[in-house]
Amino acid sequence: MTAVLELTGVRKAFGALVVTDGVDLDLRDGECHALIGPNGAGKSTLIHQISGVLAPDEGRIAFEGRDVTSLSLAERAIAGLGRSFQITSIIPEFTVLENVALAAQAREGSSFRFFGRAAEEAALNEAAMEALTRIGLGTRAGITAGTLSHGEKRLLELAIAIAGRPRALLLDEPMAGMGRAESEALTETLKTLKSTYPMLLIEHDMEAVFRLADRVSVLVAGAIVASGRPDEVRTDPQARAAYLGEDHA
Amino acid sequence: MSTTLILIQLLNGLQLGVILFLIAAGLTLVFGVMGFINLAHGVQYMLGAYLAVWLYGLTGSFLVALILALPLALALGLVLEFLVFRHLYDRDHLSQVLATFGVILFLNQLVKVLFGPASLIVPVPEFLDFSIPIVDGLRYPAYRLALIASGLLVALLLWLIIAKTRVGMLIRAGATNPDMVSALGVNVRQLFLVVFGFGAMLAGFAGVMAAPVFSVEPGMGDNLLIVAFVVIVIGGAGSIRGAFVAALLVGLVDTLGRMLVTDGLRLVMDPSSANQIGPAIASMLIYVLMALVLFWRPEGLFAPKAAR
Amino acid sequence: MSTLEAAPPVTRPVAPLVIAGAIFALLALTPLFSELYGGAYVTSLAVRAMILAIVAISLDLLMGHAGLVSFGHSAFVAIGAYVAGIMVTEGAQEMALILPTAILCAAGFAALSGAICLRTSGVSFIMITLAFGQMVFFGLGSLAQYGGDDGLTLWSSPEVFGTRWLTSKEGIYWVVLLTLITTWALTHRIVGSRFGRVLRAARQNPTRVASMGYSVFRYRLTAYIIAGVVSAIAGVLWATHAAFVSPSLGSWQRSGDLIVMVVLGGMATRNGALIGALFFILLEEVLSSITHDWRLIFGPLLVLIALHARGGLVGLLDRVRGAAA
Repeated sequence: MTAVLELTGVRKAFGALVVTDGVDLDLRDGECHALIGPNGAGKSTLIHQISGVLAPDEGRIAFEGRDVTSLSLAERAIAGLGRSFQITSIIPEFTVLENVALAAQAREGSSFRFFGRAAEEAALNEAAMEALTRIGLGTRAGITAGTLSHGEKRLLELAIAIAGRPRALLLDEPMAGMGRAESEALTETLKTLKSTYPMLLIEHDMEAVFRLADRVSVLVAGAIVASGRPDEVRTDPQARAAYLGEDHA
Repeated sequence: MSTTLILIQLLNGLQLGVILFLIAAGLTLVFGVMGFINLAHGVQYMLGAYLAVWLYGLTGSFLVALILALPLALALGLVLEFLVFRHLYDRDHLSQVLATFGVILFLNQLVKVLFGPASLIVPVPEFLDFSIPIVDGLRYPAYRLALIASGLLVALLLWLIIAKTRVGMLIRAGATNPDMVSALGVNVRQLFLVVFGFGAMLAGFAGVMAAPVFSVEPGMGDNLLIVAFVVIVIGGAGSIRGAFVAALLVGLVDTLGRMLVTDGLRLVMDPSSANQIGPAIASMLIYVLMALVLFWRPEGLFAPKAAR
Repeated sequence: MSTLEAAPPVTRPVAPLVIAGAIFALLALTPLFSELYGGAYVTSLAVRAMILAIVAISLDLLMGHAGLVSFGHSAFVAIGAYVAGIMVTEGAQEMALILPTAILCAAGFAALSGAICLRTSGVSFIMITLAFGQMVFFGLGSLAQYGGDDGLTLWSSPEVFGTRWLTSKEGIYWVVLLTLITTWALTHRIVGSRFGRVLRAARQNPTRVASMGYSVFRYRLTAYIIAGVVSAIAGVLWATHAAFVSPSLGSWQRSGDLIVMVVLGGMATRNGALIGALFFILLEEVLSSITHDWRLIFGPLLVLIALHARGGLVGLLDRVRGAAA
């Protein structure tokens, strides 16, 4: 299997504080690779560097064989890296449909079009409806996004990410703040998505992680201390000591 | 163009820089600590100048006028804070811009009604009404030197307060991290009031000191306010040190530019075109300086934090 | 997989169209009324109000829709007006030359200054646009050969393909009204277009928009240039109408007035900037007929508006309609 995304020796420090300490990581076609670790291990910082919000100090990030280390957030999105945010990030005054249509619009033709009515473009709305239906938000399309429930907003995040037809997904705690039933439903949805979109998943919900992930890497203090199949990592003493033991004692 | 001329222009530039600093210091603190954009800060400068005119008329002494004007400028600042500004701290920048714009329109018109539209002057105080020989063939008015010296003294004092006192520490902390200051149990509103009143007094002081040099007229603070914004943008919002360096830089560039650009252009083009284009370029020089600094460092030269 | 639901239908509210139609009809009838009452003064006032409305609508594209509070917008009006003034003075009276030159100058200045302003945001953006506006103001004021601070009188009038109909009283009125209607309609189309959608989204959440693959900076800069160009066209019309230009067209108080107009009318609404500009001019007329020192009333009024009435007149109208329904 080929690697869609490959990180080599990525390092990032804020002053004296090293938050990413020479991380090597890859994501292969058709897999879900989960990144777990205690709070403050540097998971979000790493996702930010992969998606382009932050620039790493050292190292190389390759996406589909192409070096994207120096590209901006927008350029990486165009290259095919879709992402969701840990803290819900949507366009609150737009309708749910328009949120997703905006993401679809980024992939379909130029957006330097000044006079056509974007809200009436059937192709965009259909693409958006398809993404929403897939996530299970189809019936909420006409609602103003800011008024959705927390769980629905998390789903909308995901719909926005897949509507951009990415080549890989970076999911930063998609289940954060969700109820039990909601996160189980989302786990099922993600399971159906991972064959289409290889995904790098950060998640604290261990049950979801072990149901979804094909591989698990454990990040502690900015460095990867263990990596392998879920059952390997579950039994890895180093990983247990560093993380699992801490949270699930 | 002679060395003496350049020296005079240097001193004039320093004088403008000092006045700019006195205005920008309060503005940058108010902005840094409170995140509040106060367009009406230039009005405080104008009020200072008019207080000087009024009090000089009453007492006949510049020194007495100066001493009385300072607490009055402070009081006027606090009244404005109480009536208008304190209701704006939690509002978005647009509301702040609109309301303080309204304050400017009102106060500019008010002084026009009270003092008339014509420009007024305050005579230079007698004990400083002479000129000092600086180098051979160059004499410079003592009052202007006193203005520069007092401005530099205030800058030093301000630096001492900010660097050495508890209030100064809170102000510095507030400029970098307002949430932390309130978490420390400090009454932020009170701190705001202190910073605000102090800023108003500094601008008022600048106005009093400028009254014998520049003409006192309605709206005199507005253009200086915008230049003070340029100073803040160049120096980095919230930084007193930045305001000081940038104010002197802007003062010198503006004053020297007006002399040197036209002369410089004469070297490369015919004199009449140079005379026509020169002043236009010179008047835009500080804005070009600002653009260059921003291009290089969008957050300014001495920004206390990376981004707000 | 569940079946694909249809997208909810798009609704287009009719009421704003009716209101705008009424305003434009009223403006179209103004020359007739002024024959009976008020005379040339009224038409001249209407022309000024309409030109400012054009500028206010372009500013609302920035303020309301893109979230960019520009405090230097009047500079573009001044640039347009001075291009017209200088070209006419130099003997180039042909509008077909003047207009493209004004557009090019405004676009160039917008691209340069915008590229710098847009590296910052929030208060810094306000301060820097203010400074650039002031730069234009002083730059124009020091053009000694074109009147300096005192301004420049256009001794001859611009021509359209050699004819003078533009500078006839009716000519300029209809051209300005037509430009206003076109600006109003096109701006609305831009706001609703793909481009406008990106712009509106970026006001609310620039990071999300960037993570979708949009370079927010490019969209904002384009909007900045569009708004600048529209204002410069308004400036050319101003110079043609008044036959006089001065740096005060680009003063920062003017920019402040423009912001007031947009907020007064209601930001990011279909008719807000239009109503705001017309109302502002009327208010100025009424107040200054009461007292010469009308700013003593207007200043505190602004403070109250800033503190209590951010929805503007359009918001007020909606509330009244909501209460009636």
